[in-house]
Amino acid sequence: MIRGVAAVLIGAALSVSVIAAEIPSSERKSGYDLMAREIRAMQDDDTANPGMLSVLDGEALWTRKAGAAGKSCADCHSDAQSSMKGVAARYPAFDAARGRPIDLEQRINICRSDQQKATPFAFESKDLLALSAYVGRQSRGMPIEIPDDPRLKPFLEAGRDMFNQRQGQLNLSCAQCHNDNWGQKLAGAVIPQGHANGYPMYRLEWQALGSLQRRLRNCLVGMRAVSYALGAPEYVDLELYLMWRARGMPVETPAVRP
Amino acid sequence: MARALINVPAKAKRGDIIEIKTLISHEMETGFRPDNTGKLLPRDIITDFVCKYNGQEIFRAELYPAISANPFFTFTTVATESGTISFEWSGDNGFSATESAKITVE
Repeated sequence: MIRGVAAVLIGAALSVSVIAAEIPSSERKSGYDLMAREIRAMQDDDTANPGMLSVLDGEALWTRKAGAAGKSCADCHSDAQSSMKGVAARYPAFDAARGRPIDLEQRINICRSDQQKATPFAFESKDLLALSAYVGRQSRGMPIEIPDDPRLKPFLEAGRDMFNQRQGQLNLSCAQCHNDNWGQKLAGAVIPQGHANGYPMYRLEWQALGSLQRRLRNCLVGMRAVSYALGAPEYVDLELYLMWRARGMPVETPAVRP
Repeated sequence: MARALINVPAKAKRGDIIEIKTLISHEMETGFRPDNTGKLLPRDIITDFVCKYNGQEIFRAELYPAISANPFFTFTTVATESGTISFEWSGDNGFSATESAKITVE
């Protein structure tokens, strides 16, 4: 009996330690809080933030007619400032037709092929990044809120498993750096908590805007692990988990990071 | 036409030091990077930037391949009179872009 109680207690302690490994909401920090004053100033000023150049490109694309249907985004969604407010804060979202979550870039491309009857943009192309930055910008300052949708659950779990899974030749998991060692240095750079709250973002290292999937591929290559093709379901599951993990944090799109 | 963002205060007092910020979209291809077939990508950069205050040059910069993409310049000047502050970028392959901003000096 006593042994049974002890086993239950150990079980409870173990499950607590697993939960404790996740960063509690009071200790969550955006990459913004960990970067230099100069880069923060760059993000804060819309005339110094180079991501804004793409937002302006996206604004122009929003009203440009495209495809066989001859429709622009604005023809259906009218003014993005009201219709797209808060949208980026709840993506990846479940798509009933595909039976799985899709991210914002995929949503834009589905609209493009189904509604506009146009060729979808390539992943990481300037136009797709510009449109997603423009849509993302409309949610700036709003809290990330992944809906409590039971259909998302298995994909969220798959993303969480990938986050905690050791992989690659260095045998590292995402969690080892971003849960257990955030704030420490990795080759001179501060390890952030890895919240997905500012994508697409302008990385000074890239000298360009890039998507969350580009960032994930970067990390995977660094771990000497297998990376996936852009748009792969594995990435979207991980994106979903990362957005859920950053729930409540304000959207910073287009963020600037070193 | 390249996209540019400029920040000039709309109003200033005579004699005030004002800060001017400019950002322009440009790849700034160095000419030293190979493409995925191993061939060098030809250099394509902005080479010159000039700022004029009512036609008089107040700031000039020469740019080289080590300057990052989307060059950002910030500098200061003294607000002397109301008028126009104009900006001109020029570079390889006939690149040229101009912008201007009005300033009221009281």
